[in-house]
Amino acid sequence: MNTVRDEIMPLQSESDLITVRQAVRIWMVPEGFNILEQTKMVTAVSELARNAITYGGGGEARLQLLADAARRGIRVTIIDHGVGIEDITKAMVDGYSTGSGLGLGLGGSKRLVDEFNIWSEPGQGTRVEITRWKQ
Amino acid sequence: MEQFPVLAVGDFMLISLREDMSDTQVMNLQDELSKQVTLIRPKGVLIDISSLEIVGSFLGRMLSDIAKIVRILGAEVVIVGMQPTVAMTTVELGKTLGSVLTARNVNSGMGMLRLKTMSSTSLAAASGRS
Ligand SMILES: Nc1ncnc2c1ncn2[C@@H]1O[C@H](COP(=O)(O)OP(=O)(O)O)[C@@H](O)[C@H]1O
Ligand SMILES: [Mg+2]
Repeated sequence: MNTVRDEIMPLQSESDLITVRQAVRIWMVPEGFNILEQTKMVTAVSELARNAITYGGGGEARLQLLADAARRGIRVTIIDHGVGIEDITKAMVDGYSTGSGLGLGLGGSKRLVDEFNIWSEPGQGTRVEITRWKQ
Repeated sequence: MEQFPVLAVGDFMLISLREDMSDTQVMNLQDELSKQVTLIRPKGVLIDISSLEIVGSFLGRMLSDIAKIVRILGAEVVIVGMQPTVAMTTVELGKTLGSVLTARNVNSGMGMLRLKTMSSTSLAAASGRS
């Protein structure tokens, strides 16, 4: 697996969120992802980035283009150094929210991508890595 | 309300959302729209989201809240013009839009509103007669 392109973007404010969303789409277009694939990935990124800002006090988004012999893909990792998640299994359940949200961000973004990995440590922060492959 | 173009069409109000609104702008929209509806007293409100490239859980909830508020203020709401890819994504994300009425475009949304507001008027008239 090669990383063809790698970039880290700040994620502190509402305007950062918009910039990251736009960057993900811009990266996906030349890779041949169709509009539905783009929309799903951008929506998932938007949910996770919003969580990092709302609950994690902000962080970074890492965008990567991946390639191996068989396929290419885009991976986005959303990182924050905030309060972390006590019970990830619970947080992943649709409808669970400690805020005023719908509780669909984590569960929903997992459904929208090919790979979803989450690490979180209370008091340390949260990292969510999502990947969409183009076969 | 220059951020959101509003158009009065007979008894209805048409409002078009811009792509990539910030959260603050979305909250302003909720505020402003409630004010406008109280002021103008339309029978129905069409919210055109055709320029939106994504509708996440935040915006989805705000839209369904707006619909509830406007309904309490006495008007019907229809969300119109959602892009097919946005619709497919929204379904997979979960029940973000709640029970909000949606229509393919402004025309069919207008038809929907006419039916809705007409039937409630004629129902009221019918029950008044009996
Ligand atoms: N980056 C994060 N840092 C801390 N807690 C988080 C983070 N992301 C999610 N959570 C927790 O998981 C819950 C569920 O998140 P989500 O599914 O996005 O729903 P919502 O944002 O509507 O609450 C949140 O309410 C919050 O308690
Ligand atoms: Mg969320």
